Amino acid sequence: MTSNLARCRIHALSFLTAMAAIAVVVPAGAQGSDDRQGARASARSGAPFDLTGYWVSVVTQDWRQRMVVPPKGDYESIPITVEAKRVGDAWDPAKDEAAGEQCKSYGAPAIMRVPGRVHITWRDDLTLKVDVDAGQQTRLFHFDAAAASGAPNWQGYTAAKWETASGGKSAALKTVTTRLRPGYLRKNGVPYSANAVLTEYWDLFMLPDGQVWLTITTTVDDPLYLRTPWLTALHFKKEADGSKWDPSPCSAFW
Amino acid sequence: MSTKQVCILSLAFVSLSVCAAMPASAQVDLAGMWSSPHHQDWVQRDPGVTPVDYLALPLNEAGREKALLYNYATQTAQMAHQCAYYMPFYLMIGVSGIKIWPETDPVAGNKIVAWKMSGFNFDVITIYVDGRPHPSKTAYHSFSGFTTGVWRGEVLETYTTHMKAGFIRRNGAPSSDQATMRQFMFRHGDLLTITSMLEDPVYLTEPYVVSRVFNLDPRANIRNTEGACEPINEVPGIDDPGFVPHFLPGRNPFVNELTDIYHIPMEAVLGGAETSYPEYRKRLKDAYVRPEKCIRYCGQNAPGLHMISDGTGRPQP
Repeated sequence: MTSNLARCRIHALSFLTAMAAIAVVVPAGAQGSDDRQGARASARSGAPFDLTGYWVSVVTQDWRQRMVVPPKGDYESIPITVEAKRVGDAWDPAKDEAAGEQCKSYGAPAIMRVPGRVHITWRDDLTLKVDVDAGQQTRLFHFDAAAASGAPNWQGYTAAKWETASGGKSAALKTVTTRLRPGYLRKNGVPYSANAVLTEYWDLFMLPDGQVWLTITTTVDDPLYLRTPWLTALHFKKEADGSKWDPSPCSAFW
Repeated sequence: MSTKQVCILSLAFVSLSVCAAMPASAQVDLAGMWSSPHHQDWVQRDPGVTPVDYLALPLNEAGREKALLYNYATQTAQMAHQCAYYMPFYLMIGVSGIKIWPETDPVAGNKIVAWKMSGFNFDVITIYVDGRPHPSKTAYHSFSGFTTGVWRGEVLETYTTHMKAGFIRRNGAPSSDQATMRQFMFRHGDLLTITSMLEDPVYLTEPYVVSRVFNLDPRANIRNTEGACEPINEVPGIDDPGFVPHFLPGRNPFVNELTDIYHIPMEAVLGGAETSYPEYRKRLKDAYVRPEKCIRYCGQNAPGLHMISDGTGRPQP
């Protein structure tokens, strides 16, 4: 009896050892998000999917607010506050242009909504670079978990991390952008403040024909100008190359 | 049975029990009530789209022609077409939130064989995730169609076929019974994002893609059967089967409305895939003149915020 129990313990020990070995080979992401681990590893080498390349925005939503400049006072779909309406009603693009503020509608909370092309590359192992041809803007996504720094600007400071799913089979990129220079959510002067926080989830998917798409889920929090967080989702189609890349400067009128 | 076999079987049983108690690694719990915040395309979805507004729809010539024949009187005078909006794609173009719940195999216990989705006006959508095939092409087409789903990591990818002919915008822009739809569902905490791609070889030149975000909302109060559309005679005496509301080709009286109000060129108003890409925006640059002020449907009212929220042109109390 004692001998049988001992043998059983040996088998159990072997089993547990095997389970431990399996646990070791499970991708790190499967063990839960760990900022310290993420900071140590290269964000580039540990990327669960490849966001790099050229992407084109497919403008099938809010067409009238995105493809042309909507009239003053068009606040459709944005949960603005009374204060935001006061500011929006005073919108004057000529004044913005004269003041050198023509990039106010190209800040991070708005730029991905501007029809155009996006070029994503790795600037270094811990920084993803997102160039946008409309307005010639550049966003930098920092994976090094450093504190936000620098003066506020149109694209702010973006902290990034991969959100790896259980089993490491899929993931999204989560980015949080702060330290923004105040600007416009929409071309017609719907404002966001310096305290706005932009949270984005970047998800990839592939169609049966191999075409790759990117969906960006966006939340803008700004209690001064938004009654509730503004929730939107955008989609982009991957392009083979940069042959259609067509940079254009910021404009307050267009 | 030897001691060794007993030990191995016991350990296998324990490990299987542990595994069975865990969610399948590829699956995310989508269950819950998800409200729709209407933060995109509010006019199209809430107060109602302009009769001829096909902006961003990748219509082909046949789709455009059919859309222009549509008369809203169809909704009241033709019972057979009253529910034609409520295909699964309505989730993207309507106002409804959704309730999602899993359907488990009654024999295998916690194995999920399907996800179900309900919402205002449309029939319950069942997404089979048990690997069953789609029916034959000649099988019955229903309002909810037939949907299968596959988990790709934590993304649920669905494919819908066998839908009835219907509409892809609430102004008669059509979809045929050959349309199919792919959806990609991403959950991030309390947010659920669904990207839908509708393909239709009859009326579209490329997939019509729409992405929406939903909020987890335990107070959304969405029921499992949320009153699917039921045709009724809304105008007694007008149900003459010989009366077919329509506009004759070239006679749609609303064709200039969007151009008159918003100065959008007619070619964009009538849709077409090319109008959804950045190149088209550059073509508009020199042709478009911005209207000075918004005069209707300018936004949603809120406490203290009196907007022009309807078609009257006046701020509403």
